[in-house]
Amino acid sequence: MPGITREEVAHLARLSRLELGAEELDHLAAQLDDIIGAVARVAEVAADDIPPTSHPLPLTNVMRPDVVRPGLTPEEALSGAPAAEDQRFRVPRILGEE
Amino acid sequence: MTETIRWTAAETASAIADGKVTAVEVAQAHLDRIEAVDAEVHAYLHVDADGALAAAKAVDDARARGDRLGPLAGVPLALKDVFTTKGVPTTCGSRMLEGWRPPYDATVTRRLKDAGVVILGKTNMDEFAMGSSTENSAYGPTGNPWDTTKVPGGSGGGSAAAIASFQAPLAIGTDTGGSIRQPAALTGTVGVKPTYGGVSRYGLVAFSSSLDQGGPCARTVLDAALLHEAIAGHDPLDSTSIDAPVPNVVEAARSGSVRGMRVGVVKEFAGEGYQAGVLARFAEAVELLRELGAEIVEISCPNFTYAMPAYYLIAPSEASSNLARFDAMRYGLRVGDDGEHSAEEVMSLTREAGFGAEVKRRIMLGTYALSSGYYDAYYGQAQKVRTLITRDFEAAFGQVDVLVSPTTPTTAFPIGERADDPMAMYLADLCTIPSNLAGNAAMSLPCGLADEDGLPVGLQIIAPAMADDRLYRVGAAVEAGYLSRWGAPLLDRAPAL
Repeated sequence: MPGITREEVAHLARLSRLELGAEELDHLAAQLDDIIGAVARVAEVAADDIPPTSHPLPLTNVMRPDVVRPGLTPEEALSGAPAAEDQRFRVPRILGEE
Repeated sequence: MTETIRWTAAETASAIADGKVTAVEVAQAHLDRIEAVDAEVHAYLHVDADGALAAAKAVDDARARGDRLGPLAGVPLALKDVFTTKGVPTTCGSRMLEGWRPPYDATVTRRLKDAGVVILGKTNMDEFAMGSSTENSAYGPTGNPWDTTKVPGGSGGGSAAAIASFQAPLAIGTDTGGSIRQPAALTGTVGVKPTYGGVSRYGLVAFSSSLDQGGPCARTVLDAALLHEAIAGHDPLDSTSIDAPVPNVVEAARSGSVRGMRVGVVKEFAGEGYQAGVLARFAEAVELLRELGAEIVEISCPNFTYAMPAYYLIAPSEASSNLARFDAMRYGLRVGDDGEHSAEEVMSLTREAGFGAEVKRRIMLGTYALSSGYYDAYYGQAQKVRTLITRDFEAAFGQVDVLVSPTTPTTAFPIGERADDPMAMYLADLCTIPSNLAGNAAMSLPCGLADEDGLPVGLQIIAPAMADDRLYRVGAAVEAGYLSRWGAPLLDRAPAL
């Protein structure tokens, strides 16, 4: 398995919405390369005929009755908001981007 | 009579029920203890003295009215800061949630309150439960009460340190790869990861949803069982919660015995990387089990050697998705909202400022493992390893009732030693990870001190899913065996703070 490049790490940071500094990027790139090298060992297991396990419980489609039940009040829901206005979350501009 | 803070939870509840002491007096004794020693240990991130005293008074009032008290009514507890507590700060050890006061209680929090448990405060942890030393907390590390220059383990180092330093008789932790059991081992306390789905995850801030499991931390096996019973059971608010009766863990803890049981020793958990003092105490524990009437069988679980690599693909993958919720829009930190930056820029600036190094590493590792072109080789292959590990357990439990191993390869290591060496840090969870991947139940309890450093060693017991009671049956027998050998609990040998 090839190592991870600094450019790939920069791309991952963008995908992860992390505004990494240059020094942090170098440091992380070296560490991620080490970690990926170590975890790549999972490829050693010949497992073509092995089904994947995504979850320890064999549960599908857990339902509840479709009835109205109490939830948070608008005040409670907004209580931790960095900014709020007129019972709504106020967010930075989302239009006008590329 | 020993001082209040050294009582077990069971003794404390009896003393309150019998009117020998009030719940308020017990709460105050613990608040005084926190005041006296927590500057040195730093187990707590937030102490809720007013809330604790009010909860204690409610128990005393209920008793005065003649109400029947539950088995843990009035007993103080330290809650890992990853469970939401209505109106009380919940940070997950992160700057991202500094000052956040949740508008709702986690199911675990709710059940503790309903049981009359007195929540003293919230405990320190590795940020978002990612770590094995509690050094990844944004609010500074926690010291191990046995030697405050050493780590208490992690991610639940605060919870384990709080009970080991008599700042609470009980605590709650969460275990994604060993975060209850490994700190228990390093601090000479008892910690249990229940069967996955046994304890509700509602209000537990998610790290890796298919692995995370809340559970009890205590100084005795019986206390852990009492707490386990109080928090376990089906919760309609968690769709992965098991809708079946809780195994009778309290009864098992009261009737500890291994006579006639088959106990498997996992062959793969030994050798290179294991400290001599850990292996020596483990060998003695196996001998004790034999003396107590268990049949010892060596078991090979060949795929366990791939558990750590699989875990460090699966857990970061789920984390990269779960932590996407920290977007600076609805709650938590917001950085760079100056009218110039766009929402997306604010998001990236906030996540850069709010997350620590380990969280960033794992988010990026998970993003990598899930990205197209790498998905099959990494995440897909790790999921197959998960199947193989589950099959290893199934084969093992076809031959034995429980498995045993050291909980950790080494005793507590110095604060700072592995802080910037992620691979070295990850080795701390070598023996605990397989149970998270398979979703079964496991316990760590103290089995002595390592000769070379005088620090606690943990014995891990693993039982099949939904057979949590076996952990307590075996654990209680082992604990009684050691108590008769040692003449006193291990924690009596910890240096005074």
